[in-house]
Amino acid sequence: MKQNITGAQALMESLLHEGVDTIFGYPGGAIIPVFDAMYDYTDKLHYVLTRHEQGATHAAQGYARVSGKVGVCIVTSGPGATNTITGIGDALMDSTPMVVITGQVGKSLLGTDAFQEIDLVGITQPITKWSYQIRDEKEIPWAVARAFYIAKSGRPGPVVLDFAKNAQTAKFDYEPATCTFIRSYLPNHPLDNEAVAKAAQLINQAKKPLALVGHGVTIGQAEEELKAFLDKADIPAAWTLLGESAMPTSYRLNKGMLGMHGNIGPNIKTNECDLLIAIGMRFDDRITGDLNVYAKQAKVIHFDIDIAEIDKNVKTDVAVLGDVKNTLPAVTAQLENNAHTEWIDSFKQYEELEMEKVIRHELNPPAGSPITMGEVVRKVSDATQRKAILVTDVGQNQMEAVRYFQFDEKRSVVTSGGAGTMGFGIPAAIGAKIAKPKRTVCLFCGDGGFQMTMQELGTIIQEKMDVKIILMNNNYLGMVRQWQELFFQQRYSSTPMVNPDFNAIAQAYGIPTRLVNQREELDSAIADMLNSTNSYLLVVNVQEKSLVYPMTPAGGAVTTILLNENNK
Amino acid sequence: MEEKTIYTITIFSENNPGLLNQITTVFTRRQINIETLSVSPSALKGIHKFTITVQTDKPTIEKVVKQIDKRVDILKAYYNNDSELVYQEIALYKLATDKVLALGGIEPLIRKYNARVLEILDNCVVLEKTGLYEETQEMFDELARTTGVLQFIRSGRVAITRGRIERLSDMLASIEKRRQEEQL
Ligand SMILES: Cc1ncc(C[n+]2csc(CCOP(=O)(O)OP(=O)(O)O)c2C)c(N)n1
Ligand SMILES: [Mg+2]
Repeated sequence: MKQNITGAQALMESLLHEGVDTIFGYPGGAIIPVFDAMYDYTDKLHYVLTRHEQGATHAAQGYARVSGKVGVCIVTSGPGATNTITGIGDALMDSTPMVVITGQVGKSLLGTDAFQEIDLVGITQPITKWSYQIRDEKEIPWAVARAFYIAKSGRPGPVVLDFAKNAQTAKFDYEPATCTFIRSYLPNHPLDNEAVAKAAQLINQAKKPLALVGHGVTIGQAEEELKAFLDKADIPAAWTLLGESAMPTSYRLNKGMLGMHGNIGPNIKTNECDLLIAIGMRFDDRITGDLNVYAKQAKVIHFDIDIAEIDKNVKTDVAVLGDVKNTLPAVTAQLENNAHTEWIDSFKQYEELEMEKVIRHELNPPAGSPITMGEVVRKVSDATQRKAILVTDVGQNQMEAVRYFQFDEKRSVVTSGGAGTMGFGIPAAIGAKIAKPKRTVCLFCGDGGFQMTMQELGTIIQEKMDVKIILMNNNYLGMVRQWQELFFQQRYSSTPMVNPDFNAIAQAYGIPTRLVNQREELDSAIADMLNSTNSYLLVVNVQEKSLVYPMTPAGGAVTTILLNENNK
Repeated sequence: MEEKTIYTITIFSENNPGLLNQITTVFTRRQINIETLSVSPSALKGIHKFTITVQTDKPTIEKVVKQIDKRVDILKAYYNNDSELVYQEIALYKLATDKVLALGGIEPLIRKYNARVLEILDNCVVLEKTGLYEETQEMFDELARTTGVLQFIRSGRVAITRGRIERLSDMLASIEKRRQEEQL
């Protein structure tokens, strides 16, 4: 209990009560009282001043994704608030726990089009789990407790607290609040023993089971439980973009990536398996392609904590609702030890095909040919001994990064999946590094995405951080160019980029940097980057007109896979 | 294509501002028109009840209702088809008094449609009829032909389920039980 403190101070106390130690954001008129209060809390709360509110949200996302804690942003009203929309939407799509606190004009001005008044609650209702306006200081402890509970429980997601200025300055007697229950919101599901038994039975009977591993495994911290499950019944598993690193790359049952630029094997096998076991994933269209021809031959088991995902895209035979941390072991207990040797071996022919048609060239291109993205990624991965955290931006760079980076450790990938937000990379890498300062953070981005949030280099130097940025420059909005080449008769509308001297930009920020044009320089440049105790910008000029393969064209069958230009 | 029919969605929610917006965006995203909507306090203090009718197919209604139910402030959302419900609408009709008198009296009409007179003034008469959409519409059509209708308004549907499905208070009790179990 603290007597007679301001609402702004009460917010600080409430955040500490929730265990917050890091906040990302940007100040402004309608939130000045909060920043003023924060001035007295700098020993307990690390405030990271980003260079744009969008950056603050992505940094909070990066922080949340690698730490499992709630990411927190504090920004001002009006344009400060609307600048957070992209990050809020991204966090909803990727189930990232985040609390965004925005300033708002005082109660007496609400609804009058006052200076920097924007109806943020109205705007964010469809893209948050909860969006609430605090108009009275006495609501602060309750609202903050509730916001954190909602953000992190069940299927995590973003919450907005719109904080009217009068409530920031008014004084009251603060009493901490805790929220563990909301009667209209039941995020957990009691274990359904019948569903568990049915699921186990289907798995025990299956001859050709295939598991699809999604973000839910990482969110539920169920990596061990997943391994026990897969090991016992000997089930090959493939991952969605956000499910990467839930299994080590070298794990014998890890059969690679699903979806549009995923590995051939798991995509083909999706339409050959007799049982599809979806674990904390939501059958995004980038995974399934045309649903009318998706896994029609298979029975489907769906493990998920969000009942609204069940039967949304793919009809399930058995739904096991709940946190996979609990449901997986419950099913595992009823599994028979099994071996699906022949089925698992049948993936090999596709691994070999992909190696021959795609991977070999991507990783070992002929001497004298332009540098490929894949070889850059794999070299950095090798040089960091599979121990680094991978952060990506969006585009070809992202797809090649997730395809060729390798992992020993869990919780090691931060990428914008559901929203595919260009500009996510730099700020997300900042947040990831702040959450895990001892780990190496490698960001791969393109020339386009880098320029969407490159002002965050300022945050990097202000925070004296060590983030390794690898900019794979193809002087194109490469992924869009790829679609134009393949599906729009090579009409390169608005995809060639006239780019600045990226090294000079890094230098202006005092960030060590190097430019690589030749394959022979790559190893030494990577070594320079990793030996530096500073942040580093490694610019690699890569092949301009390369295409990411394999590719399942949008809306096609999972099994319609392009391997190269001539598809031979 | 799945067949489209009328579904009635019933939603119980906390009485917080902004809830209607949260509900309607779920329909907007899927391009579903709301046919009728009625909102009022429920029998339990602090809990609001929404009754919404839409025309759509079964797979869609299932998904939509789950997405509404998922919202934090929604206690419960479910859907029914017409055969599972007893439902009603109410309509008001404003007619010009002189036109009504020129008709030579209103008794036959009132009897025929089982309508009520709410108000009689020098210049206008207000009638009320409760009934299904087709019934209130039929009376409107006849009045439009005979006296003309100055103003017409029809309410959204209100509905009650036929089956003995759980009542709101039962549901709240079961939520409370779960809370106690979870917090043990
Ligand atoms: C904010 C945003 N705007 C536009 C897009 C559409 N888009 C997807 S990939 C891409 C090109 C990315 O170019 P670049 O960053 O250079 O990466 P590359 O594909 O060349 O590796 C674009 C424009 C997007 N995903 N996000
Ligand atoms: Mg590019």
